Amino acid sequence: MMGNLLVVMKREFKSYFHSPVAYAVICMFVLISGFFFYSAMSLYGLVSFELSRTAQVTGPQELDMTDMVMGQLFGNLSIVMLLMMPLITMRLFSEERKNGSAELLFTWPIRDFDLVMGKYLAALSVFFIMLASTASYLGFVYWYSTPHWQAILAGYLGLVLLGASFLALGIFVSTLTENQIISAALSFGALLVFWVIGWAVEEKTDTLSQTLNYLSILKHFYQFARGSVDTRDVVYYLTFIFTFLFFTFRSLESGKWRG
Amino acid sequence: MIQADSLTKKYGDHTAVDNLSFSIEPGEICGFLGPNGAGKTSTMRILAGFMPPTAGTATVAGFNVFTHAMEVKKRVGYLPESTPLYPDMRVWEYIDYVAELKGCAARSDRMRKVGDIMELTGVISRRNSLIGALSKGLRQRVGLAQALIGDPQVLILDEPTIGLDPKQIMEMRSLIKDLGGRRTVILSSHLLSEVQMVCTRAMIINKGKLVDSNAMDRLSGDAVNTVLVTLDGPGEQIRSELRLLPGVTEVLVRQDRPGTRDQTRTMTIEIHHKDDTNPRGDLVRLVASKGWDLIELGKGSVSLEDIYIKIITQDAGTSEEEKSLPGTDPGDVT
Repeated sequence: MMGNLLVVMKREFKSYFHSPVAYAVICMFVLISGFFFYSAMSLYGLVSFELSRTAQVTGPQELDMTDMVMGQLFGNLSIVMLLMMPLITMRLFSEERKNGSAELLFTWPIRDFDLVMGKYLAALSVFFIMLASTASYLGFVYWYSTPHWQAILAGYLGLVLLGASFLALGIFVSTLTENQIISAALSFGALLVFWVIGWAVEEKTDTLSQTLNYLSILKHFYQFARGSVDTRDVVYYLTFIFTFLFFTFRSLESGKWRG
Repeated sequence: MIQADSLTKKYGDHTAVDNLSFSIEPGEICGFLGPNGAGKTSTMRILAGFMPPTAGTATVAGFNVFTHAMEVKKRVGYLPESTPLYPDMRVWEYIDYVAELKGCAARSDRMRKVGDIMELTGVISRRNSLIGALSKGLRQRVGLAQALIGDPQVLILDEPTIGLDPKQIMEMRSLIKDLGGRRTVILSSHLLSEVQMVCTRAMIINKGKLVDSNAMDRLSGDAVNTVLVTLDGPGEQIRSELRLLPGVTEVLVRQDRPGTRDQTRTMTIEIHHKDDTNPRGDLVRLVASKGWDLIELGKGSVSLEDIYIKIITQDAGTSEEEKSLPGTDPGDVT
């Protein structure tokens, strides 16, 4: 029944705000993204000032603010998220195991699906709040230029898919250990591996290199940040999310969890 | 109502539950007795649907705990030993959460049920407190409340009175006793007095095996042919004279301390006799003729403790674990 999914999600979401973790993570995210937006804006200001000085010689030139500011910001945010998402997911199952509440949790009539998805969607909701904080920047962009809304939407879609992928990996890792620190460190490490996996083989063309290159998680984000949506990238992220949620189910079902 | 058939649970090489079979009728309050590590918790976890058995099957209310886990979970209220609640939630919020998970969807109906349960378990006055700020006794009540919500047919309570103070223990026991009848209750304990007081039936488990499936019957049967007497007189003589009384099979000194006069001892003695005899008359005449003081004469009661010690030591010789266990628990308040 759909009901229990929502019940679990509601509790998990509230639980984030019962502890300082969500506040700290959201605050840091707002601060850092604010800094990146500010620096992208300053660079834009500097460049446009230079261009206006040389306009008499070279003729008027158009600067794309959407790409220069938002594109830049999206790229930066993807790295910030990679660092912060593990902090959101680290507690999801680790905490239940640590304080023993898993024992009760698994004797209540909840299907694993409702449990995992409830927790996952709660984490996703916290992420959406983080993301929503960047909406104010759009106001600036709108005020000072004519933004390309499609490009911005593509960028946000990319961020959502990327964040959802990070969270899916994180929730899986949180089923593996009862220690929240280890949970965060492991997911951070795993995400890092998915980030750098393509670096060494970028220019090579053999199958293995191509595969590794394809697996690289941020590589698929560049197109989104530049404002275009490629179905192959969408498929990559959806597969990534599905795979790790599936691993989460398997991990819960495994005997290890239930003594 | 509950049926276990050759249940076995292994953790690696260690066998926690070993080929355990029993059945519990509806409405029974059944006590699982056994030393720590006897397999009580593992058995309860299997019955509550927390973990699957390594081998064997169990059914609760007609549903297999492994293949129809969801149906079983809907019918079972479970209270684990450590009472693992969410410390960051308020009392009413927590019970409301569990009520909703157990399928009580309509808000007004749920509010009423949550209120009733809080009333019943006595946590209503602390309904707005954070669970993390509650005392152990209150947390235990909240734990019981979450087990009771949704009106389960079966209650499984793992050491429900552990860590409580004497007053809380009394309250918890009377609460559990009231729950019987309509529901089938299994509770585990290593306190025999508790099982004796609360349960309608006692099962003794040791090393994962069922040692006695109805120790309560044995208790009442044994109690009929014992006499408990406290005498003040010459110690050795008392013992040897009592043994000579007609019908007496065994004389056990329960207590021996210096008497009220020189050279005498005050002894509390348990006298076992044959079914068809009553040595009380002979006993009193003997005491009068010898000039001993009769301090107390009563019906002997073989406590579950005795049976328990007897069975456990018979069962396993005297390994370290069992020697230290029975009857010496400081929380054993009767």
